[in-house]
Formats: sequence, structure tokens, C-alpha cells
Amino acid sequence: MVRTDDNILEMRRITKTFPGVAALQDVTLAVRRGEIHAICGENGAGKSTLMKVLSGVYPSGSYDGEILLDGEPVHFRGIRDSESRGIVIIHQELALVPYLSIAENIFLGNEQRGTGGLIDWNRTNAEAAKLLASVGLAENPVTPVVQLGVGKQQLVEIAKAISKKVRLLILDEPTAALNDVDSAHLLDLMRRLRDEGITCIMISHKLNEITSIADSTTVLRDGRTVERLEMAAGEVTQERIIRGMVGRDLNSFYPDRVSTPGEEVLRIENWSVRHPTQDRMVVDGASLNVRAGEVVGIAGLMGAGRTELAMSVFGRSYGRDITGRLFVHGREVRARTVAEAIRHGIAYATEDRKRFGLNLIEDIRRNISAAGLRRLARLGWVHDNEEIKVAEASRRDMNIKAPSVMSVVGKLSGGNQQKVVLSKWLFTDPDVLILDEPTRGIDVGAKFEIYTIINRLVAAGKAVIIISSELPELLGMCDRIYTLSAGRITGQVPVAEATQEKLMELMAKDKESVG
Amino acid sequence: MTSTRPSSVEKKPAESATAAALHVGTSDPRTLIMNNLRQSGIFVALVVIVALFAFLTDGLSLSPGNITNIVLQYSYILVLAIGMVIVIIGGHIDLSVGSVVALTGAVAAVVVVRHGQPWWVGVLAALVVGLAVGAWHGFWVAYVGIPAFIVTLAGMLLFRGLTLRVLDNVSLSPFPAEYNKIAAGFLNGLIGGDGYDAFTLLIGGIAVAGYVVSCFRTRAARVRYQQPVESFALFVARMALVGAVVMWFAWQLAHARGLPIVLIILAALVLVYGLLTRRTVFGRQVYAIGGNLSAAMLSGVKVRTVNFWIFVNMGFLSAIAGIIFSSRSNGAQPAAGNMFELDAIAAAFIGGAAVTGGVGTVVGAMVGGLIMAVMSNGMQLMGVDQSLQSVVKGLVLLVAVAFDVYNKRRAGASR
Repeated sequence: MVRTDDNILEMRRITKTFPGVAALQDVTLAVRRGEIHAICGENGAGKSTLMKVLSGVYPSGSYDGEILLDGEPVHFRGIRDSESRGIVIIHQELALVPYLSIAENIFLGNEQRGTGGLIDWNRTNAEAAKLLASVGLAENPVTPVVQLGVGKQQLVEIAKAISKKVRLLILDEPTAALNDVDSAHLLDLMRRLRDEGITCIMISHKLNEITSIADSTTVLRDGRTVERLEMAAGEVTQERIIRGMVGRDLNSFYPDRVSTPGEEVLRIENWSVRHPTQDRMVVDGASLNVRAGEVVGIAGLMGAGRTELAMSVFGRSYGRDITGRLFVHGREVRARTVAEAIRHGIAYATEDRKRFGLNLIEDIRRNISAAGLRRLARLGWVHDNEEIKVAEASRRDMNIKAPSVMSVVGKLSGGNQQKVVLSKWLFTDPDVLILDEPTRGIDVGAKFEIYTIINRLVAAGKAVIIISSELPELLGMCDRIYTLSAGRITGQVPVAEATQEKLMELMAKDKESVG
Repeated sequence: MTSTRPSSVEKKPAESATAAALHVGTSDPRTLIMNNLRQSGIFVALVVIVALFAFLTDGLSLSPGNITNIVLQYSYILVLAIGMVIVIIGGHIDLSVGSVVALTGAVAAVVVVRHGQPWWVGVLAALVVGLAVGAWHGFWVAYVGIPAFIVTLAGMLLFRGLTLRVLDNVSLSPFPAEYNKIAAGFLNGLIGGDGYDAFTLLIGGIAVAGYVVSCFRTRAARVRYQQPVESFALFVARMALVGAVVMWFAWQLAHARGLPIVLIILAALVLVYGLLTRRTVFGRQVYAIGGNLSAAMLSGVKVRTVNFWIFVNMGFLSAIAGIIFSSRSNGAQPAAGNMFELDAIAAAFIGGAAVTGGVGTVVGAMVGGLIMAVMSNGMQLMGVDQSLQSVVKGLVLLVAVAFDVYNKRRAGASR
């Protein structure tokens, strides 16, 4: 059983700053030997940063504070250091090599050598088989990893961790991509590992899992430790955790707007999308609508299917087997390509502007015209002075801080890049804008500017859908908020009735309770 | 922890200096050259190489006869480089153009030499075959999704084989005089001249006049749209320099054999494709695809269609190069066009195209091609051994791209 004061790990007063941002401030974390410890907090609360400090990704010296392992201070300079002391982290994006076998993956970098330094394949596969048995995975060790589902790949990662003589196993959102059966299996395995003496730290958004499995929980908010909750004392309830996670003031950060919704602009009915490669539904029978002059929010945890929903609506740019009906201005339309979606007045500004939103090696002018180039062209010829005029107008209206519209977009700050993305979509003259994490990675001042721009658009009669992980942002900006969980709409709340607690509850709802 | 990623970029003083230069319209040549190092670098390199070989060959390389020779000898590489730079901007590569040059030339020879059709039927047949080959490549790259490297590597073997079959493994020659004139002919004597060709000078004059008018119009439009322009003195100096170079070039040609027909073809292609890449929706979309494929897709660019036409166009230009080459060699050989693809690719990269796509210009590729041409020609004049020529060309390509990568890294570091 758990001994009360035998801490395997203590992190004391950890402070980690990035240029301009304090990601962690005086964070304390204590984990007892042989327990399952959950860390929870909103996106951006500092969970992953804390784990990177612990595992040496941010080397000793790049942060303040001290780490005690088994009561003695440690200074990890890299991930190899922490692994040699038995700390293994399993990231949300699994780090397996797809076309190598299970056994090869398990012993990658730690190959089982025989005589003459050659790899001893018999021993490799036999050892791998033993490890697989210990995590309850009935697969042949020579099977390529690519043939396994995500759940089984996770088990391979855990087997790999065990092969490294893990004492402290850190799992980052282990069940985010898993279905219910695989999740249940994984949680069982974690309990078994705990009973075998392996301490687990689990980062999770799923509060029902935390309450069912964790022995204790640390709640982080805005880079600080809020509290440590003990399961044994009956403290860990979902309501209690939510209060800790969101208990911050809604600062008067959001510009005021008078809401006067008009006619419906966009509606989807019974929208379903299958994952492009795996056999599971990413969006499952979702219905929602948005009116002119209205801001509608979509709240959901990571992996709930928010981006997938938006991109599938936007010219079917995500997923397969898309079913459901799409209405624009009350008329059913088929938008099978992005070009068609744009023509129907839909715009989608991606959550990852560097990868999907901008041509970083090109200048502001050509990024702004990229989606609406035909508006500047006659018979295929681009009127390039008109293009400059349009870009200059955007630069002025959006307050894009750059020496000229010929400046390369890759050199702009995140906020200014986001303004270029917005300019690009506004130039297509859309009726409805879907903004996916419109303020991600943007500093506070630029956020306010983006919010002001959104309000201006809405006042001009545009319909806006905001997808955001930051609940205060949704509460501050939206008229209505839909919650999405595991691909299903689990609620629709007018902003007057919405609280973070209520939304979080709806977002964490699983399929069964939705009915 | 995505939301705390440090993303705000500090503006360095250097950047605001650039800004000032853009707005005020600086005349300081040093600032201008530094700002456009990537572009101006190759012009400087071309000038240095021309001067170097003029010195090494005692001015022989700049003689009227040799200038004419360079035009005749390397025009087909330049034609290929136009298509190749577009392929590379789109993020692809084409290894097959040498084989396609051979195939199109062979088809023209079979039609004209073996079947006695008029010369223009041969030209048409070659163009149709070139377009078909381009459509074949475009289909596999754009609609099946096979990397262009593989598709065109296969094409390189495939079309070389077809060339051998079409020609039954033997050379076909000679072409009738009309066909031969395409690449070996000159326009001269049309309006007389004493010891020189007045017509060539006239065309040179018209070209310069056209250039000046277009410069003025561009400048006027930019002023109307309140865009920064370079200072007037520099503007005039630039036009004067270009005008002088063109007129000197025309003067040299006029004192040799007159205006090569192939130069007219090449000039027309450079003009058309320069506009196509800069001013058309299609051209812009090629840059967009090469710069960020996902972003282009999510901006409504029909990526497959654009990729398809990139290759159709490459096939078309390969056919033109094939016609020029067969016309110049006055026949079709099974081994024609061997390694042309590598010269064309080298020209594009020396001319500033990026290996990762999204960057490059037609003019740059032309300058890159000329650098290769002047070097090869100069070394031939000096009687340098073939093996050494190859070594030098290889090193120049490597250094040019290394310079480009270094430049980019430096630009990245100053962010």
C-alpha cells in the first residue's frame, strides 16, 4: 500500500520562462512511490512544459527550482539522463517507427546484441514477447507496428518503457485517441503496473478517468499549482477539479458587442465523418447552425473532433465517408472541394497557420490574394497593382505591423500572421467564417485586436464560428456555444447561461451519457 | 502547451532599414544589391564569368562570330530551362526532358525526312507528341500521386526506348532547307546595311524601346498606386545599362551573320513565360503549391489540375527544344538530347530556384543557363579537356546552390 511520506519525485518551485511568457511559476509537484498521480489543467496551463522539465527536454539550468528523485536532487541534461534513472515519458503523438516490427521498436536504441556486436534476433523477439505478455498485448513481436491500431501502439510504447526498467512512467493524454474499450484496457493496465510498483503520472482531460483511477491529483492553472487533491480523503470529484482548473476571473478582455442575429446563414444536419485511415467516426451525427451577425462557439477537448468537423464542412478537406446535409442561406449545397466551399461563401482559417494557412516564403500581398485570386484576374491575368491596393487596404484595416506588403510572411509575429490569414479569407468575401483557434500562440495585445476584428465582421452581418480550447475566450466572444465530445454535439448553451463549469461538464460527457 | 509558444518576433534594426529603403526609394547601390543578393548575385556572377573568359581567351569569346555561336549552341537548353524552372517552382523535377527532345526530334524526322511531308507538318507532329508526353507525366504525377522523380525517371527510359524504335536505331537526315532554317537560319539583309545587318540593329532598337516603354508604364502604375519606386536617377541608369547591353549584343550579331531565328523564338518564349509566371492565376498557383502545398489546397487551388498543366507545359517546351535541336543538327539521332535534363536542372538551380519549391524565376533560369553556356563555350575555345569541363560545371552548380542555402540560413538567422 501507499506509504504517506515516501515521495519518489518532488519538483519544488519550478519556474520556466520563454521570451515574454512565464510558462511555469513556482510549480510544486509531489508524487508518492507506487501511486497513480493525475495532472490536470486547461490547454496552456503548463502540464506539458512541466513534464518536459522533468524529463530533461528542457535541460537543467534552463529553469529555476529543484527536482528531487528518491529524495536526492537530480540535474537532467537530456532525455537519456532521465531515462537512465527510470523516468520514461510517453507522448500523445506516439513515437514509433511504423514499418519496423514491434520487437524492433521496443529495443530501438537499446538493441539486444549477441556475439560480435550483431543483433541477436532470437533474444530480441523472445524478450519482446515477454514484454508484450506483461502489458497484455497478444501480438506477434515481428508484426510491423503500422498494422496495429492506436490502442495497441500505446501498449507497445508501454512495453518499451518497461524494457527500459521504468520506475516512473509519464503518460501524456494516453486515452485521447482511444475508443472506450481500448481506454478501459489501458486504465486496467495502469492499475496493474501500479500494483507491480511502477509509479505513474497521467496527464488527462478526461475527468471521469481521473476520478476512477488516480490516487491523487495536482491541478495546474496558468502555470501555477492550484492544489493537490487526495483521492483517499474523498476530495477528487469532477466538480472540484473543474473549479480548480477554471477558477480565474473572466478579465474584461473581450470587447463589447451588441448581438443582433439575423437570418440563418449556415446549417449542418446529422453530419458524420470517418477518420481518413482508421475505422472510427470522428464526427458523429452533428447538427448545428449559425445566423448572420452571430458568433457561435464550438467547445471540446483535444480529440473531440472540432477541427475535423470544420474541415469536413469546408470542401471535404478532411476525412472520408462524409454524410449529412449542408445548408447555406437555407438552400442545400454540396461543397465537395475547397473552391466550391469558397464559392458558397464559407471560409475556414486553420488552427495551424504555419502548416496549413500561409505560404511562409511568400510576401504578405500574395498570401492575402491566395484564396481570392480570381477576383483580381480577368481571363486568367492578375491585375497586380490592384492586388497591391487590396493588400495595402488590409494592412491598414487589420493593422498588420510590417514595413510593406512585400514583407515575407514568415518573418512576422504570430499575431500579424494571423491577421494576414484573416485578411486572406475576408478577401474571398465570405458569409460565414470558421475560425479555428483564432488566437493560439498570440500575445495578449494582438488577441484583443483579433477580437475587435471579429466583432467588426459580425456587426457587418457576417456569421462567425469560433473553435477554441480557451473557454474564457468562448464565453467572452460568443452568443451561443456548442459542446462537442467524441464527435457528438453534447450540448448547446446560450452564453447567458454558460459557465466554464457547465461547459467543461458537457465537454467531458462520454457517449453513453449522451444517449 | 501550444498557447505559450514564444511566437512574437522581434523586429531587428536591419529589417526597418530595409523598410526605409523600400519607402524612400534609395539610390544607394550597395543597399539595393544587399537587399536583392539572391537575384543580383547571379547577374554579378554572369558578368564576372563573361569577363573572366573574355580575358582568358583574349576577347575571342566576345567576338561577333562566337556570340552568334553561343546563341545557336545553347538555345535549346534555355528553352528547356524555362519549363524546368516552372516544374521546380511547383516542387517537382523532370528527368525525362532529354529523352523527350530526342523523341520529338525523331518524330519530326520520320514525318519530314522519311515520309516527305512539308516541314510544318513535322513541327506540328513534334508538338503533338510533346504535349502527349507531358499529359502522360502529368497524369501520373497529379492524378495518381506518384512523385515526379519516379514518373520522369521512368519517362526517361520509356521515351528513349520509343525514340530508338521510331528511328529503327539509325539516324535520319537531312532535313529540307526550310526545317533546317529554324535553328540554323538568320534574318538578315532585309533592309541592307554596309558590312553589318541593319535589320538586326533595328530589332535590337525596337526591343530596347519596348523595354523602356514597359518600364515607364510599370513605374507610372506603381506611382498611381502609391507604391515605393526606386529613385529616378537609378531608374534611368538601369534602363540605360540594359539598353546598352542589348544594343551591343545586337551590334555584335549584326557584324556576324545577322539575327538568328532561334533567338527570336527564345526571346518570345522568355517574354511569354515571364508574364505567365508572374502575372497569371496559373503562375501564381504554381508558386503557391511549391511554397506550401497544404495551404494552397486549403485556399481552393486545384492542385491536381495545376500539377497536370505544369507537366503538359514541360512536354510542350521539350518538343520546341526537340525541334530546335533536330533542326540545328539537321537530322535525328537515337542518342540526341542525352543529359540535357541535367543542364536544364542546373540552369534553374544556378538561377536561384529552391530545391524545396516555391522559389525561382524564368529570368533567373535564363541567367543560370547563360552562365553554364558561357563557361562551356569559353572552355571549348581554350581547348580545355572535356573531362575537366565536366568537373568545373559540377563544381559551379554545387557552389551556386551552397551559396543559396547559406544565404537563406543567414536570412533565417536574422529573424
